[in-house]
Amino acid sequence: MAILQQATIDAIKQNESALLASWIENLGDGGSLNDSRISREDVSRQAREFLSLLVTASANGDAADLTRSEWLDSRQFLEALSRSRAMQGFDSQHTAHFIFSLKRPLFDLLQKAYAADPRALSSELWMISELLDTLGMHTIRSFQKSREEVILRQQEELLELSTPVVKLWEGVLALPMIGTLDSQRTQVVMESLLQRIVETGSEIAIIDITGVPTVDTLVAQHLLKTVTAIRLMGADCIISGIRPQIAQTIVHLGLDLGGIVTKANLADALALALKRSGLTVTKAAG
Amino acid sequence: MTTRSGTHAIRSEQDVVLSRQAVRKLAIECGLRLVDQTKLVTAVSELARNTVIYGGGGDMDWELVEDGGRKGVRLVFRDEGPGIPDIKQAMTDGWTSGNGLGLGLTGAKRLVDQFDIQSAPGEGTRVTITKWN
Ligand SMILES: Nc1ncnc2c1ncn2[C@@H]1O[C@H](COP(=O)(O)OP(=O)(O)OP(=O)(O)O)[C@@H](O)[C@H]1O
Ligand SMILES: [Mg+2]
Repeated sequence: MAILQQATIDAIKQNESALLASWIENLGDGGSLNDSRISREDVSRQAREFLSLLVTASANGDAADLTRSEWLDSRQFLEALSRSRAMQGFDSQHTAHFIFSLKRPLFDLLQKAYAADPRALSSELWMISELLDTLGMHTIRSFQKSREEVILRQQEELLELSTPVVKLWEGVLALPMIGTLDSQRTQVVMESLLQRIVETGSEIAIIDITGVPTVDTLVAQHLLKTVTAIRLMGADCIISGIRPQIAQTIVHLGLDLGGIVTKANLADALALALKRSGLTVTKAAG
Repeated sequence: MTTRSGTHAIRSEQDVVLSRQAVRKLAIECGLRLVDQTKLVTAVSELARNTVIYGGGGDMDWELVEDGGRKGVRLVFRDEGPGIPDIKQAMTDGWTSGNGLGLGLTGAKRLVDQFDIQSAPGEGTRVTITKWN
């Protein structure tokens, strides 16, 4: 157990506004206050709020064990703070600075409070220092977790963005695939194609792989499965955009795309699709 | 003769993508034609994915090699996974212990100039490939 002495808590409580003022000043020195992403009022409010949580928790909580329930509010406060900093685009250093810039003012305060008792001073300083380090680490961890969540969300958004199923003609859909076809993305893309075939009652779907850099057994397997599913739905599928180097690689790999209609480019695939729909394109007379 | 070498970790699907990109750069660097670049990168995709799926993750060592004016890329995929009990069976077109197409190993072999596989149950797997320009 490491509980701060009552004298320490009292010193903090009695000097709360002075402590807050020098903490905020420190935050300002670290560049936290003249930043357009966050207002001075917000930072001050957060500092005030956290200081009062800290006082409450350390009055009855073990300063060496932040997993205890007395620290729940403080932990949650820092987690929320980290999340909002991450959303605003701050880095981890800036975010952790919120906690670490409280060290100096607290140390100064304790030095005065324990001027007559150096032994108590050193033990209290040690405890506070450990406490703030742990809180700072917790802040950094939460920050990183939030950052990862932000990145994951962006990836998912990108996933949806890059799967446009376009209608080329009445009854003809095209799916231009671009980039790496990892399993997750391919799954999403293929599902949205099948969905659109149902919605539009299309009879022909063209999957264009001009923008896919590598066609390996996994990509081929996804393509084969999709073609099969499209056929089961009573529609036809054409794969276009098989570049020469990809064609040669497919042959060596031993992939059998024999049952699939393929075309060198999207224009040829569209021409075939129109023909199959009984349409011909002619040059306007004149 | 080795002119440069290094190692990439191959632990996840993401690493498979990264290893492909890294090898594409190496292939360009030693002057491989577009077709050969594509063949090598596709072989990498197969072997790296096997390393992740069956080997439980491992590493890819790369080397830029030279042999009398010829330049090439040599790659070693190694893992400390369960190993392959029957290499002959694994090297058969269409044979898979999972739900793949069973073409990764044999296909990779056909896509490169030199191919060597070493594996034993409990001793992991080591596949070495070389592509010359
Ligand atoms: N690194 C490895 N460690 C253990 N077993 C392996 C490894 N690489 C391949 N194997 C075994 O060899 C078999 C054949 O591999 P191969 O890559 O040819 O086919 P696949 O991965 O099953 O299907 P795909 O055609 O999608 O690659 C695998 O099913 C697996 O049992
Ligand atoms: Mg494989």
